[in-house]
Amino acid sequence: QSGPGAVRFGSVRSGSLRFSRRFTPQADMTKLGQWLCGLALLGSAWAALALAPPGLQLPAPFRQALLPLPIYLLVAFGCYSLATVGYRLATFNDCQEAAAELQEHISAARTDLRRRGLRF
Amino acid sequence: MAARGADKFSVLLPTYNERENLPLVVWLLARTFEESGNNFEIIIIDDGSPDGTQEIAEQLEKIYGSDKIVSCEIISVLLSSGTAYIHGMKHATGNFIVIMDADLSHHVSRYFIKQKEGNFDIVSGTRYKGNGGVYGWDLKRKLISRGANFLTQVLLRPGASDLTGSFRLYRKEVLQKLMDKCVSKGYVFQMEMIVRARQLGFTIGEVPISFVDRVYGESKLGGNEIVSFLKGLLTLFATT
Repeated sequence: QSGPGAVRFGSVRSGSLRFSRRFTPQADMTKLGQWLCGLALLGSAWAALALAPPGLQLPAPFRQALLPLPIYLLVAFGCYSLATVGYRLATFNDCQEAAAELQEHISAARTDLRRRGLRF
Repeated sequence: MAARGADKFSVLLPTYNERENLPLVVWLLARTFEESGNNFEIIIIDDGSPDGTQEIAEQLEKIYGSDKIVSCEIISVLLSSGTAYIHGMKHATGNFIVIMDADLSHHVSRYFIKQKEGNFDIVSGTRYKGNGGVYGWDLKRKLISRGANFLTQVLLRPGASDLTGSFRLYRKEVLQKLMDKCVSKGYVFQMEMIVRARQLGFTIGEVPISFVDRVYGESKLGGNEIVSFLKGLLTLFATT
């Protein structure tokens, strides 16, 4: 089952999606608060391991690898963002039939309303 | 609660200078409801439009009957969505409320089917999923839309794919509760409602919609709109 704060996805039927949220301890913390907490956690872990304060020494190669990690993650996220937005842009549907249908409806509406006495 | 099988849909239509679109929107809505056999009413909340929208609304009331069309007028300095909806809700007698812009009314019937299917508290139209989409948008506008939506998803994780909500169906009690909680203005208000709805544990269903650009009138998407969107987004990020 889903843990606290998880989003439960219902079945996908006829192109529809369903979202529901039952347990939300995070509901009390703002998104900004969540981000700050998360960053503080990750930041302190990284600082502890990579910056090598006295008393907590990792072998040098590990520290070398961990040091630029934040930058790498940032760049990776940037690439992911570009790719995602690009993909979504490319698959953005154009609704030709809907537009045509709407035009038909508009003429029908005008005719019918005029018949019923609407003065435009 | 409503008697068995007696769902009634109240459509809230805030208008400002929608003289051209209003009759078309009303006609489309009325026809869709009549075809699907649902009981309905349309509440037109006009913000003192100088172009005669109010007069058109009154004519429509005569044509369709005042049990089907309710025309009210408010005078506010700025048409804040919140004010219009609060005012409209007072007149609403249905157990479901539909909120929509007066420049789009496409595929209304899908909403009722969706609601029955999943017994959702809220049904929201999305341009980004299924066969939802847009018409008449150039690349720049699509890019801005997708980019803004991506940013919204990352920052707010709202649980709905399209937040700017030009078309939504709510249970009456759910809308009431949300409106008490939401404080933003304009379309940021729409975004805030979905975010709060998810926090409160309401179920949200999504239906693909075709967003055909304004029939009459212009759509604006300039630098100002982008800046105010970002401000709204960051405000929601920091407060919800």
